[in-house]
Amino acid sequence: MAAKKMYDTPMLDELEKGPWPSFISGFKRLRDDHPDERINEMASSLLGQLEHSYETRKGYWKGGTVSVFGYGGGIIPRFSEVGDAFPASREFHTLRVQPPAGNYYTTDMLNQLGDSWEKHGSGLVTFHGQTGNIMFIGTTTNGTQHFFDEINEYGWDLGGAGPCVRTAMSCVGSARCEQSCANEHGIQRWLVNNFTDDVHRPALPYKFKFKVSGCPNDCVNAIERADFAVIGTWRDDMKVDQEEVKNFVKAKGREYVIDNVVTRCPTQALSLKDDDTLEVDNHNCVRCMHCLNVMNKALSPGDDRGITLLIGGKRTLKIGDLMGTVIVPFMKLESEEDYERLVEIAEETIDFFAENALEHERTGEMIERIGLVNFLEGIGIEVDPHMVNNPRQSSYVRTDGWDEEAEKWFARKAEEAAG
Amino acid sequence: MAYEDMRQPIESGCPDGFQYMHPVMRKNFGLWKFHEHPKPGVLRHVAHSGDEIWTVKAGTQRILDVYSLRKLTEIGEKYGDGYVRFTIRSNIEYMVSDAAKVDPLITALTDAGFIVGGTGNSVAMISHTQGWLHCDIPGTDASGVVKAMMDELVDEFQNCNMPNRVHITTSCCQINCGGQGDIAINVQHTKPPRINHDLVANVCERPSVVARCPVAAIRPAMVNGKASLEVDEKKCICCGACFPPCPPMQINDPEHTKLAIWVGGNHSNARSKPTFQKLVASGIPNNPPRWPEATALVKRILKEYKEGAKDWERINDWIERIGWPRFFEVTGLPFTKYHIDNWRGARNSLNASTHIRF
Ligand code: SF4
Ligand code: SF4
Repeated sequence: MAAKKMYDTPMLDELEKGPWPSFISGFKRLRDDHPDERINEMASSLLGQLEHSYETRKGYWKGGTVSVFGYGGGIIPRFSEVGDAFPASREFHTLRVQPPAGNYYTTDMLNQLGDSWEKHGSGLVTFHGQTGNIMFIGTTTNGTQHFFDEINEYGWDLGGAGPCVRTAMSCVGSARCEQSCANEHGIQRWLVNNFTDDVHRPALPYKFKFKVSGCPNDCVNAIERADFAVIGTWRDDMKVDQEEVKNFVKAKGREYVIDNVVTRCPTQALSLKDDDTLEVDNHNCVRCMHCLNVMNKALSPGDDRGITLLIGGKRTLKIGDLMGTVIVPFMKLESEEDYERLVEIAEETIDFFAENALEHERTGEMIERIGLVNFLEGIGIEVDPHMVNNPRQSSYVRTDGWDEEAEKWFARKAEEAAG
Repeated sequence: MAYEDMRQPIESGCPDGFQYMHPVMRKNFGLWKFHEHPKPGVLRHVAHSGDEIWTVKAGTQRILDVYSLRKLTEIGEKYGDGYVRFTIRSNIEYMVSDAAKVDPLITALTDAGFIVGGTGNSVAMISHTQGWLHCDIPGTDASGVVKAMMDELVDEFQNCNMPNRVHITTSCCQINCGGQGDIAINVQHTKPPRINHDLVANVCERPSVVARCPVAAIRPAMVNGKASLEVDEKKCICCGACFPPCPPMQINDPEHTKLAIWVGGNHSNARSKPTFQKLVASGIPNNPPRWPEATALVKRILKEYKEGAKDWERINDWIERIGWPRFFEVTGLPFTKYHIDNWRGARNSLNASTHIRF
């Protein structure tokens, strides 16, 4: 057996110093200690190429087309541009695998995934990439197929890559968090698993992301990063345990409560009474979560829970960062029909996006280009003042349909009042 | 292999997390009452039923080799209940129902070289992208920057004594997959792409490259008798958007690809509405293997934030209160013409009032 090829890595060696766990030491363990020669070679070669990048300050991977049988996406193909110098990692593709909703694992399952990956891949894995996938980093084209075939048999499926519905994400949620107002994991699976075809076979103008947070703390950055952001909320009064309020005041002092809770409320909805109870103007509370975060034992979300839906968040490319904006201020998610309605909105949105977005345009950019109203009409959702910070400031608009529109509003209000 | 021998995929999609969830969490799903933060790296959640779940959180190197993965699972089996999850910042969390398991878990993780912390008002693990290790367009590395920076921020990760939590992100191109952060360290190119005209015709779909440019600086051109593209260098904002669809538009440069620091991105709705990060420093050398200049600036900003912010103020809240002029004053960072926005909606970022702090 030929001795594996070794490369000097003086720059990478610098990353083995210091207290934080070192990924370079991990690569070296695979290179030096792993029983499988294939893995030793791959890790050695990868270290060589990475050192080369550090020396020249350039990347040396290019994309390509690799996918598993039956799918069009889910793999990030990587071919080395310097494969002759570092042959054992010449092909170094990543499989994006969808994690369970909420990112829960048993140690047994992690071991099983580790075993499969060692058989077919480099032995490097990340939980999770920025798009929410488990990233199995580094294998050949054949390796991608074999690894996928193996783990697909015990419950794992590929995520999205390219212009398609992407792997979704949800926060820790109801499983452990007292702030959660929604069944994040259920919502995530209802949504994304309705679109498996669009996940696996990229055919949209560009990517489309679902993210679900259980409350407005938005721990999965849904508003900033998702085309379709579902955020749990409530619309009745928040719950106040006045005994716990008193305990909190006793422990922290009135000044602390006034300076850190009462005056930080964005809508001045809180007042600390002389008897150390807290009064909440629930009509003006915007559910920002600040007081609930600080006075975690005393304050909790109300019982009439549901979700707010925002559409169009994305990062820089191409017109600049955009936040999602409110499309549905509140809807209940309790019955099967409620969930079906949510999925229906997602379907309408994706259909409209597929038909109307330009190539490589995200939903937010499309809405920016065509205007929110055109989008709302396209997906059949009525306008609502919760969708704006303020009404229009410019008089340059044609308003000859005003009376009919006003009628619609009154008719809708009357319908709501009738229940 | 013949077509008919190929295995058809089972399109199972996103798996149900319930099967992997700690039984106490399954039982109390949606029924949690409150939580406490007894010490750094540890959370105690209490359900209405009175049940408790304890969480121990630890930072990892994110790119795990199977040895590190097995070490983490072995610790979970031996000292935990065998149930874990990964946060969106790639920390591992061990959930146990018995408080007595917490300290042995912490000891085992620490002995194995993992860093317990990252809860409450800590500097959380830096979320990052792939960089030179695996991306096809990176201007810098990601794991290396983060490793070098976390070595220096490890106390803030472990002690959890910042005014509020601090999320740091990095991105190795200007598409910025790293997301918004209280502090973001992102690539900033400073020179237009150098075009390899020999390759353009073969590799690039020219109309879609033209369409990709945010400032319409690219047009088709014949160069040396070959169909290629040319860039109006006066218009070009050096964003690199043309590079992914057309690798011959070489944007990355060992010298001119720099790092920039952005602050005040905040995804939460708490107090103010979510905010995007703002540019505060650029021209920072992209200096492997340990990027000391970038780390020094991040530490400087963190120091001022820690000293100047009130309890519960995130970086954006703090700056909102003290004003940007004061931010530049306390951090000693230069304010330049590049800080004044000229992109869409730029007027909204100008001061149209006499609200001025002296
Ligand atoms: S949740 Fe936010 S808006 Fe509502 S009362 Fe508390 S601090 Fe005010
Ligand atoms: S770098 Fe950006 S601005 Fe310059 S040509 Fe390419 S896409 Fe256009």
